[in-house]
Amino acid sequence: MTTKARTTSRWRPPFRIQMEARLEEVPRWLPPLISLGAIVAALILGGVVLAAVGGDPFATYAHIARASFGSLGVFSDTLVKATPLILVGLACTLAFRMRLWNIGAEGQLFVGAFGASAVVLIPLLPPETPRTVMIPVMMLAGFLAGALWGFVPGYLKARLNVNEIITTLMMNYIAISWNYFFIFGVWSEGGFEMSKVFPKSAWLPRLADYARQAPAFRGLTTHLGLVFGLLAAVAVWFILYRSKWGYEIRLIGDNPKAAQYAGIPIVRNTILVMMLSGGLAGLAGMSEISGVVHRLQGNISHGYGFTGIIIAWLAKLNPFAVVLVSVLFGSLILAGREIQPSGIPKLIQGIILFALIASEVLLRYRLRVVRVQEA
Amino acid sequence: MNRDLDKTMSQAPSTAYAVEMQGIVKQFPGVLAVAGVDFDLREGEIHALLGENGAGKSTLMNVLAGLYRPESGTISIHGQPVDLRSPRDAIERGLGMVHQHFMLVPSQTVTENILLGLDEPRFVMRLARYDRQVAELGERFGLRVDPKARIWQLSVGEQQRVEILKMLYRGADILILDEPTAVLAPQEIEEFFNTLRSMKAQGKSIIFISHKLGEVMAVADRITVLRKGRVTAAGLDAATTNAPELARLMVGREVLFRVERVHREPGEVILSVDDVHALNDKGLPALRGVSLKVRSGEIVGVAGVAGNGQRELAEVITGLRPCTSGRVLVHDREVSTGSASTAIGQGVAHVPEDRIGVGSAPNLDLVDNLIMKSYRQPPVARGWVIDQIAARQNAGQLKNEYEIVAPSLDTSARLLSGGNLQRLILAREISAQPRLLVAVQPTRGLDVGAIEGVQRLLLAQREAGAAILLISEELDELFSLSDRVAVIYDGQIVGQLLEEDRETVGLMMTGQMRMPVGS
Repeated sequence: MTTKARTTSRWRPPFRIQMEARLEEVPRWLPPLISLGAIVAALILGGVVLAAVGGDPFATYAHIARASFGSLGVFSDTLVKATPLILVGLACTLAFRMRLWNIGAEGQLFVGAFGASAVVLIPLLPPETPRTVMIPVMMLAGFLAGALWGFVPGYLKARLNVNEIITTLMMNYIAISWNYFFIFGVWSEGGFEMSKVFPKSAWLPRLADYARQAPAFRGLTTHLGLVFGLLAAVAVWFILYRSKWGYEIRLIGDNPKAAQYAGIPIVRNTILVMMLSGGLAGLAGMSEISGVVHRLQGNISHGYGFTGIIIAWLAKLNPFAVVLVSVLFGSLILAGREIQPSGIPKLIQGIILFALIASEVLLRYRLRVVRVQEA
Repeated sequence: MNRDLDKTMSQAPSTAYAVEMQGIVKQFPGVLAVAGVDFDLREGEIHALLGENGAGKSTLMNVLAGLYRPESGTISIHGQPVDLRSPRDAIERGLGMVHQHFMLVPSQTVTENILLGLDEPRFVMRLARYDRQVAELGERFGLRVDPKARIWQLSVGEQQRVEILKMLYRGADILILDEPTAVLAPQEIEEFFNTLRSMKAQGKSIIFISHKLGEVMAVADRITVLRKGRVTAAGLDAATTNAPELARLMVGREVLFRVERVHREPGEVILSVDDVHALNDKGLPALRGVSLKVRSGEIVGVAGVAGNGQRELAEVITGLRPCTSGRVLVHDREVSTGSASTAIGQGVAHVPEDRIGVGSAPNLDLVDNLIMKSYRQPPVARGWVIDQIAARQNAGQLKNEYEIVAPSLDTSARLLSGGNLQRLILAREISAQPRLLVAVQPTRGLDVGAIEGVQRLLLAQREAGAAILLISEELDELFSLSDRVAVIYDGQIVGQLLEEDRETVGLMMTGQMRMPVGS
């Protein structure tokens, strides 16, 4: 009656790799090292694929490197691509720390762009307003619009426990349609999918603007938005790891019951975190229209809001790592267009992503090669 | 070697060994968990492995079950040297381990869980046939459980039976049970022991890991005691040893089973619970008119069978659960607001029943776990910023003072052992110098040495003038610590005792008797 588990005996190699759960904290240097190793492994794997389809992996990689880091000019373009990614990556990092799954950064970016445009296009401020007033007001408007877009799902989640994944996702479509209404209708320039160009006072200063003083800056498109991104990274880090509020966020994220036990108001924090997260994404929208396209138009985001989710995860929710990962993604976006319109660049992105996610397992397990002894 | 000699000399079954482990060493980074241990299990015996938390019991048995590879040492099963590379290797040799934390799929039936991972059935499940086999197997060993029931419908005790059945079904004749009684209610424990005896009678060899002296004495044939990764007594005959002796072997010094409590006049009323009604998580009445007072410098115990409203009472007093009527005053201020912040502000400390799920944040480090209650005020807070240096200093001091054993302050709370986690929680709660301390099952799952430490801490708080509400299921603890013991039954306080009287308490706890309560 007791069926004995059947023993399957098969040939075993003399050495085996054994996984052992790590029972102690991993040293600080290990996670970055593993991530680096994963990227290297991904590039090797990508190279094999390139070779298999008849490409020259070395030439391709050299080309990618040249196209995104090769000169000051292209590196500047990489940074331009990285700028919105940093901001949305931080937006996601903040929300994910509290286990609020804000996948609405895309929509928050769009309404942020709308809010900033409204300052110029309604107009709330006349075109001759000095830049030092115009830019901060546009930033504020973009931030507040994004925050409002974050407030709605945050409030619904906190008060009525409505799943924020659904609401933030749905609100993306509302935001995009809302923008289209204004782009095609109210603010359309001659029926095209764009508004009129903003006055210069609403442009974020670029490095190229200072070419007269510093000739090396000639043609560099990197704009002030990058500084917002870097400052935001410092601010998010400081909030999360040095402030009382950040402690509350981390505690709720790790164990909501313990947070309740410590007397932390979860409802209020849910709303506030969603608002700040939305605000950061809104700022990304502002920086795109004010720093890059200088008008409100349809395709300002190439899925940045969704890429931000991936960036936040790859950065393991570390604000400074978000900056690095964003630059990497910015370079892939830029170089990708250099190599091939579609296909290989996406493939390499995908392989890197998979390798990084797969490498997580090494943080929780150690691998050991053991000799198989014959019993 | 000697073993060959043994074999030729002893043909009697009583000295045939099911398991022999020799010179087992298991090293974890920074910790020598098992430092050269010999252990043997005879065929058809119950051998208890006794030791404090962190003594290396579970590690040693995980080595035997193929989960860890030892740094050195040899293992023989039924006289044959073996090299166990995985739990599958172990189970193929008839060696099954039931862990403290069950590994069952809640949405599947008992039979499905038992069949999980086996080669048969291959594709078509034909569950009815296997249901019958499982039922028969359960019948044979007194492990009654409905094979068709889904795991989530079962009590913890029943789930444990499923785990054991899983091993028996796989043909295990050597069973390792890791702290099996920790999850059982007192009435379930006796039944469980009968199962163990029945399995023994049918030829199974059993290793029983525990730190509870009484249980070990009641059920084991032989006892091996571990302390700090070494054997302090090997294969003692359970019939000839005694509890104080075992306790000394376990903790390495004499243990007082009763801590001394000096008489003290209680002071002013700190906690006053006034005709409180409250609902449980399912929305059913859990407290039905509870009134209680605790004075400064007084320990009031609350005795009762689990699930009679103890948890809800603690939550109402600490502010986590709102009451539907009545009020809870701490120093004349209402605290049952549904948020813990008022209570914390009034100096209420809370040692929760669920240390991992409520009392700590598993992935945050010691520093973050220790400032959970103090992060709002100076010195830890400086404006809206947390002063990292002050927080670390505070944490380092508490770590030393309360002997929290951890590699560093950056260690995550999830990596702490049960006793250390409880010390962390006590350190945090007591260092706030509370006016009222609500302690729920503060010594559950701890070993004797740690229990004594916790009890001393509680008494020290009483000396310091704190009011203490001690909710526990351990009558020994309640009577040795408390100035008064109130008995809770079905959401009401049914009586109060000043002196130890087990019979009366038993009757009241089971609802057979109630007496008017003054306070």
